[in-house]
Amino acid sequence: MADPASLNTLAAIDPVGDRTGAVGHMDGPRGRRPRRTVSRANIFLYGTLLVVSLYYLLPLWVMVMTSLKGMPEIRMGNIFSPPVEITFQPWVKAWAEACTGINCDGLSRGFWNSVRILVPSVVLSIAVASVNGYALANWKFKGSEVFFTILMIGAFIPYQVMIYPIVIVLRELGLFGSLWGLVLVHTIFGMPILTLLFRNYFASVPEELFKAARVDGAGFWRIFLQIMLPMSLPIFVVAIILQVTGIWNDFLFGVIYTRPENYPMTVQLNNIVNSVQGVKEYNVNMAATLLTGLVPLVVYFASGKLFVRGIAAGAVKG
Amino acid sequence: MSTTHDEVSSLADGPSVPARRPVRFLRNWSAKLATVPMIATALVIFVGCTGWTVIHSFTNSKLLPKLNWAGLDQYRRLWSTPKWYVSIENLAVFGALSLIFTLVIGFVLAALLDRKVRGEDVFRTIFLYPFALSFIVTGLAWQWILNPELGLQSVIRSWGWDSFTFDPLYNARIVIYGLLIAALWQGTGLVMCIMLAGLRGIDEEIWKAARVDGIPTWKTYTHVIIPMMRPVFVTSLVLIASGIVKVYDLVIAQTGGGPGGASAVPAMYVMESMFSAQNLGQGFAASTMMLLSVVIILIPWAYLEFGGKKRG
Amino acid sequence: MISVREEKIVRLTTSLLGATALCAATSASALDFEVTHWWTSGGEANAVSKIAEAWNATGNTWVDGAIAGGGDTARPIMISRILGGDPMDAFQFNHGRQAEELIEAGLLLDLTDVAEEQGWKEKINPPSLLDACTYEGRIYCAPINIHSWQWMWLSRKAYEDAGLPVPTDWDSFIDSADELRAAGKVPLALGGQPWQATGAFNVMATALAGEDAYLAVNRDKDAEVAGGPDYAKVFEAAAVARDFAMGSNVQDWNQATNMVITGQAGAQIMGDWAQGEFALAGQTAGTDYDCLPGLGEQAVLDAGGDAFFFPVQDDPEVTAAQKQFAAMLLSPEVQVAFNAAKGSLPVRGDVNLESVNECTKKGLDLLAAGNVMPAGTTLLSPDTTQQINDLMTEFWASDSMSAADAQARYAEIIANAD
Repeated sequence: MADPASLNTLAAIDPVGDRTGAVGHMDGPRGRRPRRTVSRANIFLYGTLLVVSLYYLLPLWVMVMTSLKGMPEIRMGNIFSPPVEITFQPWVKAWAEACTGINCDGLSRGFWNSVRILVPSVVLSIAVASVNGYALANWKFKGSEVFFTILMIGAFIPYQVMIYPIVIVLRELGLFGSLWGLVLVHTIFGMPILTLLFRNYFASVPEELFKAARVDGAGFWRIFLQIMLPMSLPIFVVAIILQVTGIWNDFLFGVIYTRPENYPMTVQLNNIVNSVQGVKEYNVNMAATLLTGLVPLVVYFASGKLFVRGIAAGAVKG
Repeated sequence: MSTTHDEVSSLADGPSVPARRPVRFLRNWSAKLATVPMIATALVIFVGCTGWTVIHSFTNSKLLPKLNWAGLDQYRRLWSTPKWYVSIENLAVFGALSLIFTLVIGFVLAALLDRKVRGEDVFRTIFLYPFALSFIVTGLAWQWILNPELGLQSVIRSWGWDSFTFDPLYNARIVIYGLLIAALWQGTGLVMCIMLAGLRGIDEEIWKAARVDGIPTWKTYTHVIIPMMRPVFVTSLVLIASGIVKVYDLVIAQTGGGPGGASAVPAMYVMESMFSAQNLGQGFAASTMMLLSVVIILIPWAYLEFGGKKRG
Repeated sequence: MISVREEKIVRLTTSLLGATALCAATSASALDFEVTHWWTSGGEANAVSKIAEAWNATGNTWVDGAIAGGGDTARPIMISRILGGDPMDAFQFNHGRQAEELIEAGLLLDLTDVAEEQGWKEKINPPSLLDACTYEGRIYCAPINIHSWQWMWLSRKAYEDAGLPVPTDWDSFIDSADELRAAGKVPLALGGQPWQATGAFNVMATALAGEDAYLAVNRDKDAEVAGGPDYAKVFEAAAVARDFAMGSNVQDWNQATNMVITGQAGAQIMGDWAQGEFALAGQTAGTDYDCLPGLGEQAVLDAGGDAFFFPVQDDPEVTAAQKQFAAMLLSPEVQVAFNAAKGSLPVRGDVNLESVNECTKKGLDLLAAGNVMPAGTTLLSPDTTQQINDLMTEFWASDSMSAADAQARYAEIIANAD
C-alpha cells in the first residue's frame, strides 16, 4: 500500500477514477522521482513529517491515555504517560452512566437522536446543494450569480446572529420544535459551502458532454440524473464528510430548535464536560469526547483516498 | 418529486446551454424551479434575516426583539466599549496569523506528501483527523495540554527544566497564541488535503520542463506551481476566512474568553451582549459591524470572481 | 455511594406521599412535564432530583431539560423556545429584573391565584423574595430557595498544613495569607468565570464599605459613592486579594470550591451554594471547613435565590399542572429536601430543617435577625451586570490595572446604569 507504484495501479483500476474523466489525472503522487536511497533530502522529508505528525497525534494520545486511567493515577502522573493500570470504566461511565442533570445514562441517550438528525439532514442538504450547483454551473439564468454571491456572503455570517430570526421563520412555518425544523436549519447553513463545491465540480465537466445530451433532447433533470450524478461520486463523498462532521458536531442548533427528547449527543457531551460533579473527571470527559467524535472519525478513516480525490474535483477547478 | 420535475423538464424549450444569449423569463425554467430552495434561502434567510438583524440594531431591544427606535445609540456604545476593541484586535491578530499559517502549513505538508512519500495515506489521515472533531473537543483537549499544572509545562519541569514556563491560556499577553495552536491543529488538515489535490492536478510535463531548464525545486514551486494553483488558494481562503469570522466555539471551550477577557472575539461579544447582558440591540449592532466588514471585503472579490464573464 | 443516594431517595419518596395528598386537589391526569434548568453540578443535580422525585410521585412525569454551562448557555435556549411557540412547561430563572420583559409580553403564567390559595404572602420570608416575583401586583414566579453571596469558606486542612490558625475575619485572613502562600497554598481560590470576580467584589463591598454604601451604588446608582473613599477601600482590598488569588488556574466555581475542600487553597469567597459541594465531598462544617458570613466583618446577607417561571400554554391541563407544580415547590417537604441538598435556605420560615449544620445555622440566625438586603439581580439590569463583570474579570486577572483605574471605570458604569 505504501509503495508508490502500487498506489498508481490502484488508482488506475479504480472505476470511479476512470469515470471522473473530467477531473483530470488523479493517478498518484506527482513531484520529482522518488529516490530509494537514504539521502539527506529524504531524512529531512521524513523527519519533518514525523515531527509534524507528533503535533497532530499528541492530543489524541493524551485523550486516549487519559480515558484509560483512573482518577488517582491522573492526579499523580503526567498526562503523556501511558496508564499503569488500564481501566475501561471511564468509557462505560461516559456511555451509560454519566449524569447530566438528573438523567444518569450518559451519552447513550443522545446517540440515536444524533443519527435521526444526521441522516435526513445530510441527505436533504446534499440533494438541494447538488441541484443548486448543477443549475449554477450548467443552466445559468439571469440573476443566478447574484443569488450565489448572496449565498457566499452567507457563509461568513455568524450563526448566533441568526438564532432569533430563524426562530420566527420556523414558527411561521409551523416547524419550530420538530425534527424537520432542525433538518431545514442544517440544510440552510450547509448550503453556501456545498453549493460552491458542487458548482465548481459540475463546471469542470466538459461542455461537449452536456451539449451532446442536449442534442439528444435530454432536459434539466435527465442530464442531472443520468449523466452528472453517475460521475460525481467523489464530490458527494466530500459533501457527505463535511456535512457529517458539521451536523454531528453541532450543539447550538440541536439544542435550540428541538426538544429534550430529540437532543443530539453533543448536548450530553456538553453537559458531561461542563457539569462538574465535585472533581472534574478528566478520564470520563476524554472518553465522552472520543465517543462523540467516533462517527465522523470512522467516516474519515473509511473514505480517506476518496476524500482527496473529491476535494480535488470540487475545490481545485473554479 | 422527481417525476413531476421530469415532466416539467420535457416541456422546457430549446437548448439553452449556459447563458450566452439573453434569456427570456420562461426559458430554462426548470432550472429556475430547481433552484427555488436556494433562492428562497438566499432571500429569506441571508437577506431577510440579516435585514431583520440590521433593523433591530437601531432599536433598544433588550431580552426580546422590539421596534423601539434608538437611532445610532447602540453603535455609539459599541465603539466606546473597550472590550469591543479588544475583540476586533484579537480577531485581527488571530485571523491574520491563522490565515497565513494555515495556508503555509497546509501547502508545505501537501508539498511534502506529494514527494512520493511512503505511507502517504497514514500521514494524510493523521493530519486530517482533527477536522472530524468539534471545537468543543479541540478546545478541551488543548486546554488540558496547555494547563500549567497538568500539561506540557509540568511535564517538562519534571524532566528537570524547572524554569520552563508555557502557560498561554493563563497569560493575557499570549493567550491568543494558545488559541492559534488549537485552531491550526484542527484546521490545517483540510487545507492540506485541498492543496494536495491541487498539486495532483498539475501536469507532470511542467515538472519535467522545469527540470530540463535546471530550475531548482523550490523555485519551481514559488514561480510556477503556486501561481497555477490560484483557484485552490481561493477555495482554501474562503473556507479559512469563513471559519475565522465565526470563531466562537473554540474560544468558549478553551478559554471562555479569559484570562480577564483577554481572548474575547467579536462573535463572543455578540453572544454575550445578546444573552448575558440581555441587550439584543447591542449584539445586533456588533454583528452588523461584523457583517459590514465581511461585505466590504467580499463584494469586490465576488465581483472579480463571478462577475459577468466566465473564465476558461 | 449510589446505593446511599438511592436509599435516601426511597426514604424521601415515602415521606413525600404526604405532600402529594396536599397537592392532589388540583391534580389532573398524568402528563409529561418538561423542566429546563442549569443545575448540573454535583450538589445542584442532587437537589433537583428531589424536586423531580416529588413531582413524579404525583403521577406526572418529569422530563429533564438540563443544560450545563450556566444561565448564559441556557437562556438563549429558553427564550428561543418561548418565542418559537413551543415552550417548556417550567423553567428556572433568576428572579428580579431578568424576566420583566417576558411578563410584559404576556408570555408567563400568572400565579396569583395559586399564591393566594397557598398563602405565599404569609409564609414566604423574607418578603422581598415574593416582591421579586411580583409585577404590577401579580405574581409570576415561585421562589424556591434563598441564596446569599456573603460567605467566605475556609479550609481547615490548608491552615493546619501550614501550621497557622484558621482566620476569623478578613484582616486575619490577609495577615496570614503570605505565610499560607509560603507553605505552597493558594490563599484565595477564584475561578475564571466572570460572575465569580464580580460576586467576590460585591461581598467585599458589603463587608468593608457597609450596607449603606453598597445600596447607594447598586440600588440608587450613586456614582459618587462608587467613585468615593468607601469604595476606594474596597478596590484597594480587591487589589490585595487579587494577588492572593494568583495561581488558582480553574474556571468553574465548584472547581475553586474543590481547591478549598482538598486543602490546596485557604479560602474562597462564594455564595452558600458552595455548601452543597462540601456536603457531597462528605465534609462537615466546623470540623473540615469554616464559614465567615460577611467575611467576618459586617454580616448582612443578600436574599437572592432561584425561582421557577411557567410559560403560558394553550392546554388547560398543562396550565393546571403548572399551578400544581408551583404549589408543590413551596410545600414543606420539597423545601426541606431540596434546600438541604443544595445548601440553600428554605423560602418559608415555618419549616424545620432537621439537622442544620453550623453554617446554615448562622445563615438562619442572620435571616431571623433581619440582617437582609435585596439581592443584586433585583437591583441591577443584566446589561449593567455584564459591564461590571467585564471590568471585574479584567481587573482580577490583570497585574497592571491599578485600583484607582478600576474604580474610575466602575463609577462610570454605575453612572450610566439603567
